[in-house]
Amino acid sequence: MTAEQIVFLIVALVTLGSAFMVVTTRNLIHAALWLVATLFGVAVVYALLNAGFLAVVQVVVYIGAIAILFIFAVMLTRKDARDSGPQTHKNWWVGALLAVASYLGLSALVLGWSGSSKAAAGLPSGFDAVGQLGEALTSPNAYVLPFEVASVLLLAALVGAVYVAFNRK
Amino acid sequence: MVPLSWYLILSAGLFSIGLFGVLTRRNAVAILLGVELMLNSVNVNLAAFWRYGDVTQMAGQVFAIIVFAVAAAEVAVGLALVISVYRKRNTVIADDIDLMKW
Repeated sequence: MTAEQIVFLIVALVTLGSAFMVVTTRNLIHAALWLVATLFGVAVVYALLNAGFLAVVQVVVYIGAIAILFIFAVMLTRKDARDSGPQTHKNWWVGALLAVASYLGLSALVLGWSGSSKAAAGLPSGFDAVGQLGEALTSPNAYVLPFEVASVLLLAALVGAVYVAFNRK
Repeated sequence: MVPLSWYLILSAGLFSIGLFGVLTRRNAVAILLGVELMLNSVNVNLAAFWRYGDVTQMAGQVFAIIVFAVAAAEVAVGLALVISVYRKRNTVIADDIDLMKW
């Protein structure tokens, strides 16, 4: 077992463990903090995959913005954050069954696929992933249209969120 | 070197845990937490397929960035809806928010 595999296994265990805590913890503030741990684990996975830009964006956007937004939302709906009733509804075992079934099905699909055991080819020498990504995002021959559609979507979400949460007095 | 299947199984696990959270939690904010886990697992898949395929084709990373943008938009609007409903109905339990149920 190489060092990279050991690092991957540790990161995967931490990520899956904290993800499990996200969906099972009663206190939602703790769940949001466990989500931060999960997102850090996924950022390390991106770094292991040589996707440095994605790792940085994961920390800045997901942890810096989305997780903090969750903590704000939990605080603004404080009355139910630690409500006395159960946190899961009474048919929770159906959800657990579906989740286990989807995990087993996806794993069987992955392990039955011959391409899943291949190792990654080494990066070409002098390969600049971030530069290539920037060119792909702004080149008319590549992905400039999805990129612009994403910015329009963000603007629409900004206006929509302000409109929905606006307190008319 | 880590084989591709390890990344895919990690993301399958993350997706299933998120699915469990979405299907079983009663609190609307906790349901959105589960959705975030599922979106993250998709991103792990996209990045892994980019790395194990042709690295000069940036489609995997580009679509991961699109998923980031969609996730940010989804959380902003979703939490705004939750806060708006909390203001009007004083609850965030998904079972109690049934005003559109026939």
